[in-house]
Amino acid sequence: MAKITFEEPSGKLHTVDMAGGQSVMEGAVKAMVEGIDADCGGACSCATCMVYVAAEWEAKLPAKQSDEKQMLEFCPHVQANSRLTCQIPVTDALDGLTVKIPPSQH
Amino acid sequence: MLESIVIVGAGQAAAQLIASLVQDGFTGSVTLVGDEPHLPYQRPPLSKKFLAGELSFDRLYVRPAAFYEKAGTRLMLGTTVAQIDRQDHAVVLADGTRLPYSTLVLATGSRARTVPLPGADRPGVYFLRTIADVEALKAAFAPGRSLVVVGGGYIGLELAAVAAKHELRVTVLEQAPRVMGRGVGPVVSRFYERLHREEGVDIRTGVSVRAIEPGHVVCSDGSHPADLVLIGAGALPNVELAREAGLTVGEGITVDAQCRTSDPAIYAIGDCTVQHHALFERGLHLESVHNALEQGRIAAAAITGKPIPAEQVPWFWSDQYDVKLQMVGLSAGHDEAVVRGNPDQGRSFAVFYLRQGMLLAVDAVNRAPEFMVSKQLIAEHARLDPARLRDERVAVKDLKG
Repeated sequence: MAKITFEEPSGKLHTVDMAGGQSVMEGAVKAMVEGIDADCGGACSCATCMVYVAAEWEAKLPAKQSDEKQMLEFCPHVQANSRLTCQIPVTDALDGLTVKIPPSQH
Repeated sequence: MLESIVIVGAGQAAAQLIASLVQDGFTGSVTLVGDEPHLPYQRPPLSKKFLAGELSFDRLYVRPAAFYEKAGTRLMLGTTVAQIDRQDHAVVLADGTRLPYSTLVLATGSRARTVPLPGADRPGVYFLRTIADVEALKAAFAPGRSLVVVGGGYIGLELAAVAAKHELRVTVLEQAPRVMGRGVGPVVSRFYERLHREEGVDIRTGVSVRAIEPGHVVCSDGSHPADLVLIGAGALPNVELAREAGLTVGEGITVDAQCRTSDPAIYAIGDCTVQHHALFERGLHLESVHNALEQGRIAAAAITGKPIPAEQVPWFWSDQYDVKLQMVGLSAGHDEAVVRGNPDQGRSFAVFYLRQGMLLAVDAVNRAPEFMVSKQLIAEHARLDPARLRDERVAVKDLKG
């Protein structure tokens, strides 16, 4: 279990309790977090589940694989701290993670 | 009167429509009628991770049951609709029950195309469209068994890839001169033929199947052993309800830019539709997740009176082995196909389709950057220099020049 907080572009916070065995994207979609579109359902093919990760968390997340790096390279609104939530499995270690949702996924 | 929406068809378009209605502040009632006994689920993993056993059943669901409960959606799953009574604004179920609507949304999707082959109704012959189809197929999936795939499209080839990984002996029979002919250009088809051969799949193109007999498939080039047969002959849009109700139907149910059919009280979304696309200046019948989601969002906005989201460039994907194919735009009408990278070696290249220099579409094979950049370039009608596209020394970010 991990408590993960999403900050919507408006500044509204949305904290979700997520069980393991799924990705952060899946947990967010189930909880109706707005702005995580996840069009491809987790195939790392659309880059519409992108978030910005708080600085103190960047190093604590599993490293990006080549698929994710390639998709992020030209993702709209990308920043150095962008991640695709479909590529981050929920683990206890993520408890307290805070991420920010971009203004749009397109 | 409180607005009541009835949605016929419980696939991804329907799930997106409900989610968008909630987000757009819809307060009326929603009834979702689906003929399968499942909540809306994702079909793409059926021929990939779900078949391979890498994704559990519950992770196929687009949204959990609690979502529909919270949204106040009345679920009528495992329920077949018999007809639409437009006069009376009601949907009539197979058991005669009438569901009155103020707005009806047809999200009836498509079904696997059958083939008029002798023996196609034998045990051991499978289709791949639903969870039930895959459960049946999975039970027959065992290393060492021989599988013949009739049809070298996405579904057939994705299944062939999973089967080869599971050490089945796989033959793919394609009637056309090349595989995936409907979706990609010849360069990409040739690449996929090589890819599958490298992975041990016997790919035969330009062959026609004559009959399915116990233990083998009879074909124009001989007989192929087959413990099991998968028919991957494409999909047919489910337009019958609409047609019988007198709605305008072409290649799919004809809808306008707001996903409205020829009856203003009835919308249609997803695989079952045909819609004029401003970017491509013609009616498009698309069978894709992206289209289902986009039309779900558009219909929700139209129903709630919100601004219609801007039209996006259609895109598609297919995962086979370690190769990610991402396609964006539509190449029909191109006069030049420019290849970036080497399709004859390795597993990474992209093909750009241009019409008088304007980018229409891209097939990207393990080339996510090219795919992502092209989405934008196609949307803005970019004109590109073929020499730059071809030249790998030009960085992807500089392709536009």
